[in-house]
Amino acid sequence: MNGSFIQNLGRVYGLYTGGFLVFILLMAILEQMGVSAATIGILFVAFTIAIYALIGWLSRTMQVDAYYVAGREVPAVYNGMATAADWMSGASFVALAGGIYFGGYGYMAFIVGWTGGYVLVNSLMAPYLRKFGCYTVPDFIGTRYGGNLARFVAVVILVVASFTYVTAQINASGTIAARALQIPFSYGVWFGLLGILLCSMLGGMRAVTWTQVAQYIVLIIAYVVPVVWMSNAQGFGIIPHFSYGDAVHRIAELEAEYGLVKAAEAIPGVAVLTTPHNAPGGGMDSWKFVTLAICMMAGTASLPHILMRYFTTPSVRAARKSVAWSLLFIFLLYFTAPALATLTKLQLLDPTLPTAIIGHSIDEVMALPWIQNWSAVGMLAVSDQNGDGLLQLNEFFMRPDIVVLATPEIAGLPYVISGLVAAGGMAAAMSTADGLLLAIANALSHDLYYKIIDPKADTAVRLIVARVLLVVIGAAAALIATLQLTGILGAVAWAFCFACSGLFFPLVLGVWWKRANTQGALAGMIVGFLAGSAYLYYVYNGGAPWLGIDHLRFGMIGMPASLIAMVVVTLMTPAPDEETQRMVDEVRLPSGETILGSTH
Amino acid sequence: MSADADARQRHWAKTRNLTVLVLILWFIFSIIVPWFTKELNEATFLGFPLGFYMIAQGSLIVFVLLIFFQNWRQDAIDDEFGFGEE
Repeated sequence: MNGSFIQNLGRVYGLYTGGFLVFILLMAILEQMGVSAATIGILFVAFTIAIYALIGWLSRTMQVDAYYVAGREVPAVYNGMATAADWMSGASFVALAGGIYFGGYGYMAFIVGWTGGYVLVNSLMAPYLRKFGCYTVPDFIGTRYGGNLARFVAVVILVVASFTYVTAQINASGTIAARALQIPFSYGVWFGLLGILLCSMLGGMRAVTWTQVAQYIVLIIAYVVPVVWMSNAQGFGIIPHFSYGDAVHRIAELEAEYGLVKAAEAIPGVAVLTTPHNAPGGGMDSWKFVTLAICMMAGTASLPHILMRYFTTPSVRAARKSVAWSLLFIFLLYFTAPALATLTKLQLLDPTLPTAIIGHSIDEVMALPWIQNWSAVGMLAVSDQNGDGLLQLNEFFMRPDIVVLATPEIAGLPYVISGLVAAGGMAAAMSTADGLLLAIANALSHDLYYKIIDPKADTAVRLIVARVLLVVIGAAAALIATLQLTGILGAVAWAFCFACSGLFFPLVLGVWWKRANTQGALAGMIVGFLAGSAYLYYVYNGGAPWLGIDHLRFGMIGMPASLIAMVVVTLMTPAPDEETQRMVDEVRLPSGETILGSTH
Repeated sequence: MSADADARQRHWAKTRNLTVLVLILWFIFSIIVPWFTKELNEATFLGFPLGFYMIAQGSLIVFVLLIFFQNWRQDAIDDEFGFGEE
């Protein structure tokens, strides 16, 4: 049964994709027949979540290796898709293009960082961790360096980084659910959590893997379709990626013509465009770009929910191959994001396009349905602050997070596309939240409970503990998400900085420096993590950033501290024993048995 | 046994060299090129300002190709020493 499923993956997901396209067509027909936009939005979100839940239920399991590593039988291409969905969060899908729209050059560091990091994953981490045969990232730290203390510290860092990240994802899924289903945000959060748990609770990693593949297909269709449509309408062809260069030049001209000036009177929660689309200043701008990219890249290579995806492949070679596929699938979205930001901006600014609003009369703009819809929920505002009756660039206010969600309406696309985008954003947020919750619950159940607290626990108890933890952590994250402490993109950057401050060097040097020992690893994890956290505390409470390293980049403080502490302490203490050194040699060899047994 | 140890050592040396090469290319396209976006914007590529093009697409394409390249070379190294497992 299981074997035949793996063999039939192509057919299963082909049918699924075809079915989804038919569903989109059906919705388009319903829209033509006069079904309301609200109903279509509800159908999109409800239908896709029902499918994920069905996959989750079909993948239920009571086997340890199926629960933790999907039985190590996920083919490279499918693991690539699952990783891409795991990776591309609500932040990538919903907030990134909006960040570029408002932040220009500086925000593109996220794009470079979130793709370049995979080169590090492939070169330094994934194949070796796969050879190790661990279930979780702390499993590697605990075995390579020995001792429960190292394992415990790794668990703590994993939990802090992943938990910061997961609250942002549940926040995003709640925001989308609230809007699509027209329920209050606090209900939306719990509804989102319910969907997330349905995908992961019964089948652990196996269920999450197969739902993530399904979620990737939905999210990539939902991201690319509006861009292609919009580009075609603006005359840039159906593949805008290689032809929107003129739009970049045109925006620069228009920005010069309109002038990028602050609003006369700020409106809380929404912003006007003040940063040029493409005008890097060199010097400090370059430094800020590069430091953000470094933190995101090192964070990519240290985030446990990503690394653990490569534990599910059948072999070391398949792990490497699946990193390549992951990046290809991720790249498809990331190289579309700047195109989306550019084309959306152009269609609002360029007076020769029918969708333009800047320079038009305020009354005319206020009468547009999409302006009214988004203004009604406080995410957009138009205000004639200079009283000339015309809309100036600095009189159009928008919340950056809504750029992607509002694009179909701005471009005048049928509502079915908006429903599709909502389903895609939901898929992105849910898939990442699932991966993160599973990473946390598995580290606590496998590393803390089974390896440290009760090594004699039997399989059934371990898997029940894992599931109870999943629900408890999910509920805690949802509770914090309802408080809305930070913005989506900010919380995500923090998670990367926590992870790279504490885990990057202990993981890399565990493979690449045979001399690295327990004391050094402990020092590296503790000093890096504490230095980074202390610096975050300092800048977040109003301290002056040192060399422009603000709260998004505190990994630039944590990582060097971690490296120095690890090297110094390792060299001051004895080399690891023969057995550990042999283990490192074994890890570097791609063939042969894994270090840890298939069930441990 | 010693032949095996020798093979392992040479396999690791080659693996390490490949990794260093990949990381140098990675450094150029993830750090150096974005650093000089302003200067590169003077040039035009496919109708884009070159600096913008590189951080929006060019470097990303290089990363994808780089990983496929590395895996192709690494597979060859593994097979050369009989450590390819498939």
